[in-house]
Amino acid sequence: MSNYIGKPLSRVDGVAKVTGKAKYAAEFDAPDLTYGYVVSSTITKGRITHIETSEALSLPGVLSVITHENRPKIAWLDMSYKDQDAPPGSPFRPLRDNKISYSGQPIALVVAETFELARYAASLIRVDYREAPHETNLDTNLHRARKPKSGLASLLKPPPPKPRGNFDEVYAASPAKVEGRYSHSPEHHNPMEMFASTVVYEKDGKLTIYDKTQGAQNSQLYVTQAFNMSFSDVRVISPFVGGAFGSGLRPQYQLFLAVMAARELKRSVRVTLTRQQMFTFGHRPATIQNIALGADSNGKINAIYHDAVGETSQFEDYTEIVPTWSPMIYPAENVTLDYKIVPLDVFTPLDMRAPGGVTGVPAIETAIDEMAYELGIDPLELRLINYSDRNMAEDKPFSSKELRECFRQGAERFGWAKRNPKPGSMRDGHNLIGWGMSTGMWEANQMPARAEAVLTVNGKLRVTSATADIGTGTYTIMTQIAADTLGMPMEDVLFKLGDSDMPLAPIEGGSWTAATVGSAVKVVCEELGRKLFKLAQKIPGSPLAKAKWDDVEFVDKHIRLKQNPAAAVSLQQAVDQNGGAAVWQKSTSLPAMMKQKNYSRAAHSAVFVEVMVDEDLGTIRVTRAVSAIAGGKILNPKTARSQIIGGMVWGISKALEEESVMDHTIGRFMNHSLAEYHVPVNADIHDLDVIFVEEHDDIVNPLGVKGLGEIGIVGMPAAIANAVFHATGKRIRELPITLDKIL
Amino acid sequence: MSTITVTVNGKSYTKEVEGRTLLVHFLRDTLGLTGTHVGCDTSSCGACTIHLDGRAVKSCSMLAAQADGSILTTIEGLAPGGELHPLQVAFNDEHGLQCGFCTPGMIMTAADLLSQNPNPTEREIREGLEGNICRCTGYHNIVRAIQLAAERTAGVPA
Ligand code: FES
Ligand code: FES
Repeated sequence: MSNYIGKPLSRVDGVAKVTGKAKYAAEFDAPDLTYGYVVSSTITKGRITHIETSEALSLPGVLSVITHENRPKIAWLDMSYKDQDAPPGSPFRPLRDNKISYSGQPIALVVAETFELARYAASLIRVDYREAPHETNLDTNLHRARKPKSGLASLLKPPPPKPRGNFDEVYAASPAKVEGRYSHSPEHHNPMEMFASTVVYEKDGKLTIYDKTQGAQNSQLYVTQAFNMSFSDVRVISPFVGGAFGSGLRPQYQLFLAVMAARELKRSVRVTLTRQQMFTFGHRPATIQNIALGADSNGKINAIYHDAVGETSQFEDYTEIVPTWSPMIYPAENVTLDYKIVPLDVFTPLDMRAPGGVTGVPAIETAIDEMAYELGIDPLELRLINYSDRNMAEDKPFSSKELRECFRQGAERFGWAKRNPKPGSMRDGHNLIGWGMSTGMWEANQMPARAEAVLTVNGKLRVTSATADIGTGTYTIMTQIAADTLGMPMEDVLFKLGDSDMPLAPIEGGSWTAATVGSAVKVVCEELGRKLFKLAQKIPGSPLAKAKWDDVEFVDKHIRLKQNPAAAVSLQQAVDQNGGAAVWQKSTSLPAMMKQKNYSRAAHSAVFVEVMVDEDLGTIRVTRAVSAIAGGKILNPKTARSQIIGGMVWGISKALEEESVMDHTIGRFMNHSLAEYHVPVNADIHDLDVIFVEEHDDIVNPLGVKGLGEIGIVGMPAAIANAVFHATGKRIRELPITLDKIL
Repeated sequence: MSTITVTVNGKSYTKEVEGRTLLVHFLRDTLGLTGTHVGCDTSSCGACTIHLDGRAVKSCSMLAAQADGSILTTIEGLAPGGELHPLQVAFNDEHGLQCGFCTPGMIMTAADLLSQNPNPTEREIREGLEGNICRCTGYHNIVRAIQLAAERTAGVPA
């Protein structure tokens, strides 16, 4: 029965958030809390020759300054620092030695009785360095590009498939060709909440840690390994996360430093990073791509070349799936792909909303638009000519793909048919109007997860799993699933997450949480239901005594016969039968690999955008955008729509605003504040529209959901770039499209 | 150190503050009112917005000592008596939030906007909230929430 699934319900955590009661990592209190402030390196590469802490330490109330010189012993092996999202290589260890590997590297932690004092004392620390030359420029280091090392991460991010057919020959003979170089600048996640950890030092030396993370158990694993502690001595709690977008997939250095200080001082410590320090770990890597497409005169694309070179750090091989998107979208017979990385003196890049997808897809989707102009075919028509129900990167059919319907409904809503293809042909005063479109795509994965469900003696359901809600709505949709599975009102269901003590769940990323944890919640509630059914049958004179599991349904807090609703036992009666104890179930949900392995699973979108470009000033506004989504079953249209709109604004941001500007002379991101790192504000946003296309899929997971965290952003940048071309006749292949590139 | 007396959410406090303590840290660390958030160090994001003597201010952009003698309202005190303010109801109903981190600041800014202009147009809302960044929602539902609150309170004196 579905009373809640599919309904546009308000969030269960909404009231806590509008009243200021939702607590984030830096907001948990502890007796005698101390405050840590991080000192960051001012050079990019070299050695610390001297670090002078005496002046800071002389201030009353300053408790400690921890540096590489006096830090306590920490784990020796690289293995001990590998978190669940660690790429192959040697993870960064804060305060390991005097070596500086990137600008802004944490080099000391000052701990004091107040935040203000710690911050002031940090300003008194004097550091002498011996500088070494650094390399931070991807463009000038392309000759150093190499294949990434493979490791565990390669399972989720496989290298591009081997060439198929004969690209060179077919391309050379193609009547229509386009070729281009596409690039984008590094970007930082910049969730609104800064990274913070409050480490509560308990009397027996155990730690309770409130951490900003996308995986409480990932942080727990990291702390236990790095500090050689047992799992039972480290509990990580993270009920609310003020946005993360991938930045919380790895434990960040404030966690390490806060734990180190708490153990050293035997006191509770809070470390919060500054916004400037939010630019000193993990970013979307600058990437340069080359694409060449060959088509016949009917528009059929026969040859695809797509390569990409991304940056990584000197210590880990971060990778993304980039060129592979081309054959995932377009079924050419002759395909050559390549992916390489260049190690630079920066921190290891980090998955950022639609990692790789919003890099590769905008490049191919811009190239397709170029091909449409080359052939004189409407861009939508060209995409339909090259439509495929098979993913040619894996040579498998899609489990479902309603992209054609996305094209149809999106185009209709937008009014695409009225488009005059000629660039510069539409205007409003001195604003040039441009219409552009793009396809979007994102994988629909499912991971194993566990959940626990308890029906208490007073008939309330409590479900837990150690996942996270970074704002996406996990609390709400899990409550809906649990309530519907057991036929209970949502008010009687409490779903809790974000605690390492809870049943195992993977880090919350890749848009897989709804599918992964949702399936675990469904399974555990079903299995709890079976237990309740058995109890109900044991009640003397039970109307269900002879019933089979398949004969019953859970409705209105009752277990009843499908054929005879009057034959019912209430859930309360079933629990009462359990001898005064709650009824309890813990279950695991595993992806149905046998069923899934023959299919490619992905969400799709069709995006249509209108831009207005001021002829004189070069300013670009996205005045209208329609995103039609094929994302499987929509559990909650309200939270779902908000995810997509948020993603669309990220797409606008990526296309027009966001860029971390590196000064290669000093090797530092220069615009490391929200004053200079541009993200859209309210006034930048105009009309945004979302369509969810019906899509049924029983292969992807038992719920038929595909996850919506990322699909909203993927199609936007190319749609905007293509609209800018349509408005101005200028093909900008370098994101973001700032006005200097237009004028 | 100096001694300040402030009224926060209807309650009077007299406290010692360090000269360098920002008002936002005073509210969060000294008074434990953590509903007021910190999202930047350049007074760009508005997460720290509160009301000082009835007008919205970014509490990270002034010192606690400067607030001496003022009447302050934070998100915790926006709706006295445990009820929800119409903006709080509307943000919840219209889903004007995801992670919720920007939400208190958005609501406090919006409350000031509506008290100046009870019937703002969409553009006026967007421009009035230009100093508040949301990284999650894409703003759409925030604007709708403020419009809804304005409609629901139409004719009700602020
Ligand atoms: S914290 Fe005050 S404006 Fe950002
Ligand atoms: S809801 Fe997350 S920043 Fe606005």
